[in-house]
Amino acid sequence: MVTESAVEPQRKSSLTAPRGGAAGDKVFSGLSLTAGILILVTLAFVAVFLVAESLPALAPEVFSDQDSIESADNFFEYVWPLMAGTLIASAIALLLATPVAIGVALYISHYAPRAIATPVGYVIDLLAAIPSVVYGAFGMFILAPVMGPIYAWLTENLGFIPFFSDGYSATGRTLLTASIVLAVMVLPIITSLCREIFVQTPKLHEEAALALGATRWEMIKMTVFPFARAGIISSIMLALGRALGETMAVTMVLSQGVFSWNIISAGNTTIPSEIALNFPEAFGMRQSELIAAGLMLFIITLIVNMIARWIVSRHKEFSGAN
Amino acid sequence: MSKRIDAIDLNVYYGNFLAVEGVNISIEPRSVTAFIGPSGCGKTTFLRTINRMHEVLPGARAEGQLLLDGEDIYGPGVDPVRVRTMIGMVFQRPNPFPTMSIRDNILAGHKLNGTRMSKGDADAIVEKSLRGANLWEEVKDRLDKPGSGLSGGQQQRLCIARTIAVSPDVILMDEPCSALDPISTLAVEDLINELKDEYTVVIVTHNMQQAARVADKTAFFNIAGTGKPGKLIEYDDTNVVFNNPANKQTEDYVSGRFG
Repeated sequence: MVTESAVEPQRKSSLTAPRGGAAGDKVFSGLSLTAGILILVTLAFVAVFLVAESLPALAPEVFSDQDSIESADNFFEYVWPLMAGTLIASAIALLLATPVAIGVALYISHYAPRAIATPVGYVIDLLAAIPSVVYGAFGMFILAPVMGPIYAWLTENLGFIPFFSDGYSATGRTLLTASIVLAVMVLPIITSLCREIFVQTPKLHEEAALALGATRWEMIKMTVFPFARAGIISSIMLALGRALGETMAVTMVLSQGVFSWNIISAGNTTIPSEIALNFPEAFGMRQSELIAAGLMLFIITLIVNMIARWIVSRHKEFSGAN
Repeated sequence: MSKRIDAIDLNVYYGNFLAVEGVNISIEPRSVTAFIGPSGCGKTTFLRTINRMHEVLPGARAEGQLLLDGEDIYGPGVDPVRVRTMIGMVFQRPNPFPTMSIRDNILAGHKLNGTRMSKGDADAIVEKSLRGANLWEEVKDRLDKPGSGLSGGQQQRLCIARTIAVSPDVILMDEPCSALDPISTLAVEDLINELKDEYTVVIVTHNMQQAARVADKTAFFNIAGTGKPGKLIEYDDTNVVFNNPANKQTEDYVSGRFG
């Protein structure tokens, strides 16, 4: 007999009687629904704001009293170098960070003895807590001077590659330096997520591989990587999000300029950096241009995430979830 | 191929903890040997020392000799990876690689060994192994589907097929039927009976009827109390162990008086 029987003497059947805790269930499902909706609403508001404020720059003839935008003939001409700079910097950052991050995560999860793994994990997490302005200062004052001579060597010996041809910046404040700083910044994101996923690889699968005569590395290739595949991609996407949106460090490290394929000379800029540098003095059309650039960044992130989802879902049948 | 196993005064440790003490046993080739005993008596631990799988846990080690056809697998310079290619293992719960197709699961061992083979040879190995595991008829039309889509019993037979695909000398089975229904159990037991024509099979089981059904010889392990090491109490023909055991502990266990 449940205790409610005393409270509700008229109830007809014990099956339809209320049970304590049912209200809590309703409240919680309501709460999580609200949270979910709130996120969508926030995202929608951001999108609406961006679009509304960008319209004058996107179509000046229709939405403003000017014939064209201020910084270029049309918006696309203005924004593509910014988009290219942003994408190149982020791509280099991820190319540099991902292998290192996965290596470190593997070391912590599968190779290092516990006495070493735990402190290494803490240090990596600590990297994520450093403010980006500190990274910016580090890149500007320490990394850039070191990179100068390296860039000289690169342009001399590998000048046939378009990325390194036509001169270099002796100060080292270039897109490549900014990318390296970005790589260090996104490293902890990929590392800690991957580590969490790697340690969750079922022991059963690892032992299956070992029992077949796999070395540790073969075991990792056979079981850990396939198991963690979706997680690795998600962590890279999160890192990409940070790299695309990083403002302060890039603004401090990079000496901005027009677009160039040469990533070891001054020049190039990224969307967040462009916005941060120019927004304080911008008004009217210039402000619309900058917000429209922000809209482009928003769209890039959206597309990249959709591609990632698609990659993850492509192998669903073999994911091990069934 | 089939090889004999001899353990001589084998002690197994986890760190400083002595888990199994003083095992002396001779396991004949082309036979099925069952390890029985209460939980925690060290039978699984001993099974895992036979292919050095217990070393997966940090601090685990073995002292004494464990001979595979006279060669000490704990001898200096012996690579555990090499040992495991010769002594295959089937686990308590079916564990096909979830990201691989049925076919790739079978070929996983060969891929590890770096064996280069034509598609025809690979197909032949897949078919032979699956037939060997009595699974061919059930899966021949869906070799490219994931192994994790099979039923539990089929998955376990897939794991056995994967193990025999590399033609090991010995097959170890750690309670291979404990997660299976009676019909699947029967299928696996039939398979074990066929496997002994070619392999040395060692099986750990909690099910005494199963030991009586499949094993030629049976080893009974017991433990004196918590924290004490497990010991091999009696090892004899299965008939003798179940019907006329020499040791009182064995008699109590097989007659259901404890455990």
